[in-house]
Amino acid sequence: MKHHWTLVALLIGGTIAMTQPQTEARAQNVTGGKPATQAKTDAGPDAIRPFRVHFPDEALTDIKRRIAATRWPEREIVADQSQGVQLATVQKLARYWATDYDWRKVEARLNALPQFVTNIDGVDIHFIHVRSKEKNALPIIVTHGWPGSIIEQLKIIDPLTNPTAYGGSAADAFDVVIPSLPGYGFSGKPTATGWDPIRIARAWVVLMDRLGYKRYVAQGGDWGNAVTEQMALLQPPGLIGIHTNMPATVPADIDKAAFTGVAPSGLSAEEKHAFDQLVFFYKHGLGYAQEMMNRPQTIYGISDSPVGMAAWMIDHDARSYALIARVFDGQREGLTRDDILDNATLYWLTNTTISSARLYWESKLAFFAPKQVAIPVAVTAFPDELYQAPRSWTERAYPKLIYYSKVDKGGHFAAWEQPQLFSEEVRAAFRSLR
Amino acid sequence: MDRIKDRIKMSEEINHPFRINVPEEALVDLRRRIAATRWPTKETVTDQSQGVQLAMMQELVRYWATDYDWRKVEAKLNALPQFITEIDGLDIHFIHVRSKHENAMPLIVTHGWPGSIIEQLKIIGPLADPTAFGGRAEDAFDVVIPSMPGYGFSGKPTTTGWDPARIARAWVVLMKRLGYTRFVAQGGDWGAVITDVMATQAPPELLGIHTNMPGIVPPDVSKAIASGSPAPSGLSDEERRTYEKVQHFVATGAYYAYEMATRPQTLYGIADSPVGLAAWLIDHGDGDAQPAAAITAAVRRPTRGQPQDQLTRDDVLDNITLYWLTDTAISSSRLYWENKFPFFDAKNVSIPVAVSVFPGELYQAPRSWAERAYPKLIHYNKVEKGGHFAAWEQPQLFSEEVRAAFRSLR
Repeated sequence: MKHHWTLVALLIGGTIAMTQPQTEARAQNVTGGKPATQAKTDAGPDAIRPFRVHFPDEALTDIKRRIAATRWPEREIVADQSQGVQLATVQKLARYWATDYDWRKVEARLNALPQFVTNIDGVDIHFIHVRSKEKNALPIIVTHGWPGSIIEQLKIIDPLTNPTAYGGSAADAFDVVIPSLPGYGFSGKPTATGWDPIRIARAWVVLMDRLGYKRYVAQGGDWGNAVTEQMALLQPPGLIGIHTNMPATVPADIDKAAFTGVAPSGLSAEEKHAFDQLVFFYKHGLGYAQEMMNRPQTIYGISDSPVGMAAWMIDHDARSYALIARVFDGQREGLTRDDILDNATLYWLTNTTISSARLYWESKLAFFAPKQVAIPVAVTAFPDELYQAPRSWTERAYPKLIYYSKVDKGGHFAAWEQPQLFSEEVRAAFRSLR
Repeated sequence: MDRIKDRIKMSEEINHPFRINVPEEALVDLRRRIAATRWPTKETVTDQSQGVQLAMMQELVRYWATDYDWRKVEAKLNALPQFITEIDGLDIHFIHVRSKHENAMPLIVTHGWPGSIIEQLKIIGPLADPTAFGGRAEDAFDVVIPSMPGYGFSGKPTTTGWDPARIARAWVVLMKRLGYTRFVAQGGDWGAVITDVMATQAPPELLGIHTNMPGIVPPDVSKAIASGSPAPSGLSDEERRTYEKVQHFVATGAYYAYEMATRPQTLYGIADSPVGLAAWLIDHGDGDAQPAAAITAAVRRPTRGQPQDQLTRDDVLDNITLYWLTDTAISSSRLYWENKFPFFDAKNVSIPVAVSVFPGELYQAPRSWAERAYPKLIHYNKVEKGGHFAAWEQPQLFSEEVRAAFRSLR
């Protein structure tokens, strides 16, 4: 009955086994290039505590043991990805994950970065905070999405904070703040309802304020876009503009038409292309999101099975899946096997598959509907995003559009896949606001 | 793990009798996996609105990993005549119980998802041997209960095409192979779709059908539901209620089905995790709640001391364990991917149809729509209890309905 469902909206601590991940917050004195003089580092409720990641060996052994013990279904009965993540692909992923993959490498990369935890609105918020050595660096808060994490943003930290080392100019430098969403990664897991993108946006404003930033910008894609747009709608005095790589621009009538698959007349070629992308995504790619939006707790299988979790995560959308599948077939482009498994392992070790899924349940926002953002907005339209926002829709959605750029490569995980290009876009996006 | 089915003892006799004997190591492995479950955090609400609640799952699983005994249902199944026969290139497993009564009417009963032949075990006695259950000899049936392709002990298709229409054709082949030249068919859930489709194929041997999930939604109403539009004007109160119930299910309760219809292979977690499988199967709704109110009640109901008719946690676990041991979580999901038929819409059935309306079903078919959908409506009855899993929940009442349904066709 797949053709007969109404798709009105776009999206959709119990007893822990002995392998409960233990993250340890340890004192550390490195806070980046400049001392965080403005930041509150006392022990009060607003305290900002240094954070380091360390999972016990037994947690890493346990995950490999579980992967090796996977009970596989039989192969899909088609020769392509039309029934979902293909058995051969996920078996290649599992083989590497259970053998040569080394979590300690990314753990060391994370611990080489200044990380902190601070309690905001009752939930511990974990974040990376790297200050630029350049004077007049622009503070930026970058928000990841699902099935992403701070792992998505690791490669853009240097190009943004230290642009001169990456072909940029010192005048384009940023102080970078990269938080883990509530329920994600090393942030706390909300135990009560209410942590929707609006509340997260408010928390981010508190965070930037707590770090002493009076004038800053925000950036995001996927859920990061939803949070960033909500920050813009709050219009906190410090927020001077946003950049998005998954802009919400789809006019209501076109969005409705995309669910039926019948294109409205009068679309330009660019608009028709975006429309076709939406039709495809709505038809083939929404099941996971709708299940998480309605029944996140029911997906115990992705909490208990590493392979179940990994497959669920890499099936975000057709282009991302194709990219990831190619990576496990040995084609290096954009992402590496380690990138994929660093992110998956982070979800596993922090046991955040269900807590992250709850964000879909919490949110009442349509992903792609324009939100009447009144502050300056910069947009980069990546070709393999769920849809590539046409300039026409973008101008209507964001009255103060300060930057619009269509780039020629990159997809849904733009910062992760194309960090250099992405960083250049972020620099260009905010140049006029400095 | 080797496929259980490969190890199932199958005699070489000509009619391929079939017995189940799951190796002990498969049961030990299941308990070991359950004990090693890595649980998520508790839901952040105090009700079922985020899915199957952690406490309910943990309570059920504690029993599953300890005192639950698969061997009991295995013995129950092996006490029944079971067979395998190859149809259209696929092994089809079925229970076949002939009535001792002369002139018994042959009946093929089809289960649904997340069900199996386990759903129908309690109606076999009342249908094949009615006099032992307060019925009359002239209401007796010869009962055929197949496992759908990709389900239970039937084979798993390795190529595409096994949609309800193909299954319906296979069922007709099965009945003819068993020597039945005049028979009736019954179903709910997928079983209802397959039975409806079989009726539209109208093989001469098929005298009529009985459905407990009738496909009756008129085209204009179906269109309104699909587009999220308000109900068409002119509906009676009863019709409007049905519209609202179907609309509600489609808008909130069917996303598991949408995932299975688009990306069944992605659900590796339900193939690898017994608890993941159990929660996924339990979260099918009925007209009262999601998970189905009848299933939630059963999960909390210890079996000991209950009447045999009562649905209990052993029944629920028998069904889940069957899915686990046969490793059919994904193969069963593929039926959603294969299907192109609307579940609840009228389908141009022109042969005699009998309908029972259960109050706990996802929606209650109004007589007006049943009459439009089934021009030869020979029986329509609203009963007082029972839901989506009617045969499982209310075997006695269900059997009485099936007897009444087909009385005029004998």
